[in-house]
Amino acid sequence: MTTRPPVPAHPRLGTRLAYQLQRALRPRPGLRWLSARIEASGLARPLFTKTEHHTKDTLFGCRMCGQCALPVTGYVCPMGCPKELRNGPCGGVGADGSCEVYPSLRCVWVEAYERAASRGRAADLRLLHLPIDHRRWGQSAWLNYWQGRDEELWTGGAGDTGANGPVPHRVPVLGGS
Amino acid sequence: MSLRDRLTSGSFAVTAEISPPRGASTDPVMETAVLLRDWVDAVNVTDNQGSNVRLASWAGSLAALQAGLEPVMQMTCRDRNRIALQSDLLGASALGIRNVLVMTGDHPKFGDHPEAKPVFDLDSVQLLWTLRHMRDQGALLSGRPLKPPPDCFLGAVENPFAPPAEFRAERLGKKVDAGAQFVQTQFVFDVAAFQNWMVQVRDLGLHQKCYILAGVGAVRSRNALDFMRDKVPGVNVPDDVYRRLRAVPPDQTAAEGARLAAETIQQLRATDGVAGVHLLVAGNEQAVPGILDEAGITASRAEYGR
Repeated sequence: MTTRPPVPAHPRLGTRLAYQLQRALRPRPGLRWLSARIEASGLARPLFTKTEHHTKDTLFGCRMCGQCALPVTGYVCPMGCPKELRNGPCGGVGADGSCEVYPSLRCVWVEAYERAASRGRAADLRLLHLPIDHRRWGQSAWLNYWQGRDEELWTGGAGDTGANGPVPHRVPVLGGS
Repeated sequence: MSLRDRLTSGSFAVTAEISPPRGASTDPVMETAVLLRDWVDAVNVTDNQGSNVRLASWAGSLAALQAGLEPVMQMTCRDRNRIALQSDLLGASALGIRNVLVMTGDHPKFGDHPEAKPVFDLDSVQLLWTLRHMRDQGALLSGRPLKPPPDCFLGAVENPFAPPAEFRAERLGKKVDAGAQFVQTQFVFDVAAFQNWMVQVRDLGLHQKCYILAGVGAVRSRNALDFMRDKVPGVNVPDDVYRRLRAVPPDQTAAEGARLAAETIQQLRATDGVAGVHLLVAGNEQAVPGILDEAGITASRAEYGR
């Protein structure tokens, strides 16, 4: 698990390229097969995870929460928000768009909105992000994504209240109820 | 009449705010509740406001209830993880505290224990979703059933004035989707900017799904005015308001502040989709009757809980 506190990071990957990569790397049978092989290997998995961390840390200030929100936040990491907010900005954003905790830095959600809106993806910010699973810190989010374990990270968008959605991170409770 | 009934009936609601004391006594909360109970429908009890340690919000809420004033228990995400938050909702509901106001909470950096661990296990949208899930599905996040489930009326907060302006009504929409039944806003000093936000709110139809209570503050002194303008995150004091309050002699700032609050209430009351006002007057509760009287809202509040 990372020990670095959350600090807003400005992404170093352009929005257009980010969305192009998103399309190219969408889960497909080939990637599913490959990611399963990497995950099963005691050598490849840590190597892959380290490479992912290094890449995403350089580009997005990644702290390895293991459940990546970047595809729907304009590729600005919400885990860099000092309050780790996954559903949008707090009420303390400065009039100039600065973070209230680090006034010299921009609020990640102000930047997320600008970047998503610039590519017609502002509606992404209406998705309801469910609570994260803290057991996944340090894991590869890419492997989780290709393996389909990220499907419960957010609901279906505006108007979807999540009322009938699955209970996240449900674990079998001994003895049933 | 409870806050929920007042809002459902369509009549204009008024809420205020109490900061519990830094000390092991609920007497100050009770005294303020007695002062306010004939004037407001319910009173927020803050949760370690500004990240400063105070008597617990649930204890202050219980004291207000015992003094005959319906509480709105504030619940922040700053200090408790999902285990403690769910547990506290059960406790509050069992004690008769029905209204819960969910917010992210200030960062510990701004309070009296800046070295504390910021928790933020859930964010405000997730906490609303969690509490609604507990009430409506009768289950914890883990899936374990609740016998009986809690009964609660869920509130949220929103700051119509903070960037990104285009997203602020949408953000309220997320909170409504997650379970918010009423919302209290940040201080409205800039009525025009608030009304712009209300246009977006009405376009999204949110005023029909969620009762909107606009925040109104009464400036007490020049120091308070400067503090509000320069030091409180997310508060926007426009220049004309600032000039108006600086134009009177210092000993009349409080009176002018109260007049401004009363005028603001009248303007907000005339705004389509506004269901009530929330008076942000913690520490200055004795000004409430005068402000409401001047705004034309008379003491007609039924007592609650006795």
